Amino acid sequence: MSYDLRRSLLLGLKHLSPGHVFVAPALLILFVFFLAPVAGAFVMSFTDFDIYALADLKNLSFIGFDNYISLLGSPLFWKAFGNTAYFALVGTPLSIAVSLGLAMALNTPGVGLKPVFRTVLFGPYVATLVAAAIIWRYMVDFQYGWVNRGLGVVGVPPIDWLGDPHWSMPAIILFAVWKNFGYNMLILLAALQKIPDELYESARVDGAGPWSRFLHVTLPGVSPVLWMVALLTVAGYFQLFAEPYVMTQGGPAQSTFSLLYYMYQDGFKYWNLGHASATAFILFAILIGISFIRNRSQETFA
Amino acid sequence: MIWCMKIGRMKMPSVPTLIAGTVLVFATVWAAFPLFWMTSMSFMPEAEANAFPARLWPVNPTLDNYAELFAYQHMGRYVLNSLFVACLATALSLAFNVTAGYAFAKLQFKGREKLFQALLAALVIPGQLTMLPLFFLLKNLHLLNTYVGVVVPFMSSLFGIFLVRQYALSLPDEMLQAARVDGASEWQVFRRIVLPNLRPIMVTLGVFTFLAAWNDFLWPLIVLSDDGFYTLPLAIAALSQEHLQDQGLMMAGATVTIAPVLILFILLQRHYVRGLLSGSVKG
Repeated sequence: MSYDLRRSLLLGLKHLSPGHVFVAPALLILFVFFLAPVAGAFVMSFTDFDIYALADLKNLSFIGFDNYISLLGSPLFWKAFGNTAYFALVGTPLSIAVSLGLAMALNTPGVGLKPVFRTVLFGPYVATLVAAAIIWRYMVDFQYGWVNRGLGVVGVPPIDWLGDPHWSMPAIILFAVWKNFGYNMLILLAALQKIPDELYESARVDGAGPWSRFLHVTLPGVSPVLWMVALLTVAGYFQLFAEPYVMTQGGPAQSTFSLLYYMYQDGFKYWNLGHASATAFILFAILIGISFIRNRSQETFA
Repeated sequence: MIWCMKIGRMKMPSVPTLIAGTVLVFATVWAAFPLFWMTSMSFMPEAEANAFPARLWPVNPTLDNYAELFAYQHMGRYVLNSLFVACLATALSLAFNVTAGYAFAKLQFKGREKLFQALLAALVIPGQLTMLPLFFLLKNLHLLNTYVGVVVPFMSSLFGIFLVRQYALSLPDEMLQAARVDGASEWQVFRRIVLPNLRPIMVTLGVFTFLAAWNDFLWPLIVLSDDGFYTLPLAIAALSQEHLQDQGLMMAGATVTIAPVLILFILLQRHYVRGLLSGSVKG
């Protein structure tokens, strides 16, 4: 850089306030690697961007809504959509129920060793997803797995978890609940600890039993947080990918094929980047819809 | 369940305490069992690991599975790749997000509120949306199959900026003002006063970024096609497609992948939980 250029740059910097200089690097990175690509994805979804366009942009042409029309007419897309919705809508209540139940257990007075329980219960959430999915492939193995052995003890015949299209998604849900409950458990525990003891005491004085105390003190006390974690979990579960990729490769009979799996395969295996961008935008529309519910519910509860 | 009651209390534990204790013991076994079995099986010789019915504990423990991984499956290389990627992501994330988070909390500048509102609104955008164009961008920048390409999504993150801002809001203005009156430049204020006081939240952001980068799968899968650059999740996913029958070997691979992050979490748990509870923004 020449001396003059450097001096004029420095002068320019002096006119900016220090705050601008402090935020500029982060915002520049966000713009180049996050916001601009979002706009890029939007444009891409209206083009026939494929492996030829990847080599030379001259091979690119705009095709309007064709990608969206072809997606909405594709049985594979609807299959992936249905599977993803199944995973999210069944997996979320189960995950939240386990998280809330264990948060309540951890919040019970008189129970010792709480830090130990909390740490161990949080372990699965920290564990690397791909490695944990590999362990669970063996856990739910038809002959060999501990899940079938456990079920055998209570007289349930063995289930071909990953080989039977009816059981593959339940197996992945079982794994996801194990993997994720710890996160929401800690958030709900913090919310439970904020409920004043006097509320429980006065409910008890009024003759409320445990179930009634749960319904009238605990649930209202945590409901804003419960809503928030439930909606964040639904949104997270709609981004299902690594679990089926490692455990089932989307099978058997595409029973665990997800929207994100579809985007990955379409975009990075068959190089239909335009078509895959349309899938990404439909997923985005779903997530926006969920976040609107979140804003509405926050207004109701806050 | 006697041992999980508070020691030193002579009266009988109440019914809710007993139920909660029992539930916690069962849940803890359920949570820990797969990880325990993974570790235990990784030390089993082939005959024991593949024995039916499955065994809990190795009779003749061996390091053969680990030896095979490191000698013939390039595991050492993948460990170094993962370590390098996670450290690079952490360093860059701290550099970009701490300066920006502090400025959004404590420095006055034109357009601050508007910019911040825009960032808040952008939180709803999922990272996957950027992946297809980002792949094209990195291809043109010749960053595919590089470590830098893998850490691009971690460099500057909305979560990181919010986390640091939230914490920096609590710094007393008088402290910063005093340094300015003494003639310190904004950079000196940041270096000498702000950074030392932000250390706890930097540890939090550091652990979050390290764990996220170490555990990440989809983005590295897209950026890295040359297996010389594979991180551990990619390497063991690929290994599982060829060696699924070799259960001891797979479990050793899973142990090498999971153990470092579990240990890091246990050591820095306090800092991790702070980040988790602060605003509960998913990163």
